[in-house]
Amino acid sequence: MLQIRRLSAAYQTRPVLRDISLDVNNGEVLALIGPNGAGKSTIIRALSGVIPSSGEMRSDGDDLRALDATQRAQRIAVVPQAISLPPAFTVWETAAMGRAPYLGFLGNASSRDDELTRAALTRVNALTLSERRVGELSGGEAQRVLLARALCQAAPTLLLDEPTAHLDLHYQVSLLELIRELAQEENFAVLIALHDLNLAARYAHRVALLVNGTLTAVGSPRNVLTSETLSAAYGVDVVVAEHPFLNIPLALPK
Amino acid sequence: MKKSLLLFSLTLLFAALLSLAIGSIFISPADLWKILRGIGEDKFAFIVWNIRLPRTVLVALTGAALSGSGAAYQGLFRNPLADPFLIGVASGAGLGAVLAMTVQWPYTFWGLLAIPASSFIFALLTVFIVYFFARVGRAVPTTNLILTGVAFSSFATSLTSFFMLRSANEVRRALGWLLGGASQSGWTAILAILPYLVVGLGVLLLFGYRLNLLQFGDDQAQSLGINVTRTKTVILVAASLATAAAVAFSGIIGFIGLVVPHIVRLWFGADYRRLIPLSILGGASALLFSDVIARVVLAPQELPVGIVTALAGAPFFLWVLRRVKNQGYW
Repeated sequence: MLQIRRLSAAYQTRPVLRDISLDVNNGEVLALIGPNGAGKSTIIRALSGVIPSSGEMRSDGDDLRALDATQRAQRIAVVPQAISLPPAFTVWETAAMGRAPYLGFLGNASSRDDELTRAALTRVNALTLSERRVGELSGGEAQRVLLARALCQAAPTLLLDEPTAHLDLHYQVSLLELIRELAQEENFAVLIALHDLNLAARYAHRVALLVNGTLTAVGSPRNVLTSETLSAAYGVDVVVAEHPFLNIPLALPK
Repeated sequence: MKKSLLLFSLTLLFAALLSLAIGSIFISPADLWKILRGIGEDKFAFIVWNIRLPRTVLVALTGAALSGSGAAYQGLFRNPLADPFLIGVASGAGLGAVLAMTVQWPYTFWGLLAIPASSFIFALLTVFIVYFFARVGRAVPTTNLILTGVAFSSFATSLTSFFMLRSANEVRRALGWLLGGASQSGWTAILAILPYLVVGLGVLLLFGYRLNLLQFGDDQAQSLGINVTRTKTVILVAASLATAAAVAFSGIIGFIGLVVPHIVRLWFGADYRRLIPLSILGGASALLFSDVIARVVLAPQELPVGIVTALAGAPFFLWVLRRVKNQGYW
């Protein structure tokens, strides 16, 4: 379980996150939504320790601030957007780097590490790509390899930063489905920044709306994705309709 | 990995034997074998032990250092065209070396030690200056890196010429040095740079896996569990130590640090745990071959080895530039 209390962060002197408090339960996918620049990526960067922040962050009760980079990497795995990856590494090499927080200084993998890498690549359906270079992959394939790398980290918390941003519909759907399955199978706490509201409604258990660095609504998609809330957050008129086949809301510009 | 290491070691051995045998006087393999066992003709034995062997060792160490640090700079800047010469570090180190030389030409061992020390300080200064001016946010675009490197390089080279001309009596010797000739070498010079080389290349050999992780950028490297700032600083200092050691007594030799790691990467992939050791061995061999060519082309006159590496390396550089441009891939 990921617990965030009064998390704040600033770039230079401009505050970008103010007093964020949020819990992500094990087995749950929580989608962070909100306009561009609202601070979705900033939350992820603060949690992974890339930028300084204040407030409390705990993973399964352990205070993340008390941990060094390696220990933190064993608690939190980050899946970034699959852009500007080093193209010359193979798929296997890239996924295996998820074992880094467990390896010695020289990075020699044991047969157990290899097994975990193989299992992770199999789980994301990318084992057959093992010998390919990352530079030759499609966006969807590369994104799956990064997910495999995160699985190799064997961390209880998974953070994903707009993983579907550059993917076509087919890959968006299959990736999010996979992420939801993984959350339940592995009991991960999954925090995922998404800007597609309908994908969030479809695949997240809960949704948190972030506007100007502040959380304005947290709850089930049906409770958060309302016409009033979204219209105010995005500054355009939004109507919320019913999905014709599923019991979920659909948000559309008026 | 083992096979490639063996292949590169054998190549290095062959290059070293070639370097011992070839020169203004050719020593046949049979004679060389006798000399190495201590039973050769005195005249030849003198040449091999006192002239050619120290030179061979210095050239090999220089090539190893330039190529190993080139691979490290490429990993650090995440840029395939980073090379100690192209990013200006070599010229900066050269300025440091010449400053130390013109204060007093170092006939003593302690004087000799001052040269690599001064080289090192100037190499580090150069890296920081070039990085500072070339970076955009956290990235270092190729064009910026090379342009800044070239600009700083001209600046440092001009200052170097100025200091050399001012101390007129040593100009000819220093000029030979500047173009990358190891002809003034001796065992003392090797001893003076050895500590720098061992520490510099030793650290780089240990940091292969860290370099792999750094290829994903600062954010991802950090989220995979490494302390990015500390790691980068250590690698930067180690690579600059190696470059400074190479430049201190062999002058400015371009392109070895670009060409060799690039070929290794093409053949054996991007894993820095392989790339660094193979670049070190390959760089030693490549510079030995270049040095042999430099000795025979206009024999009995010698070419500065920097001319040979530039003639071969510059076209290679253009090819890499094209490749990177066309496929964004290295």
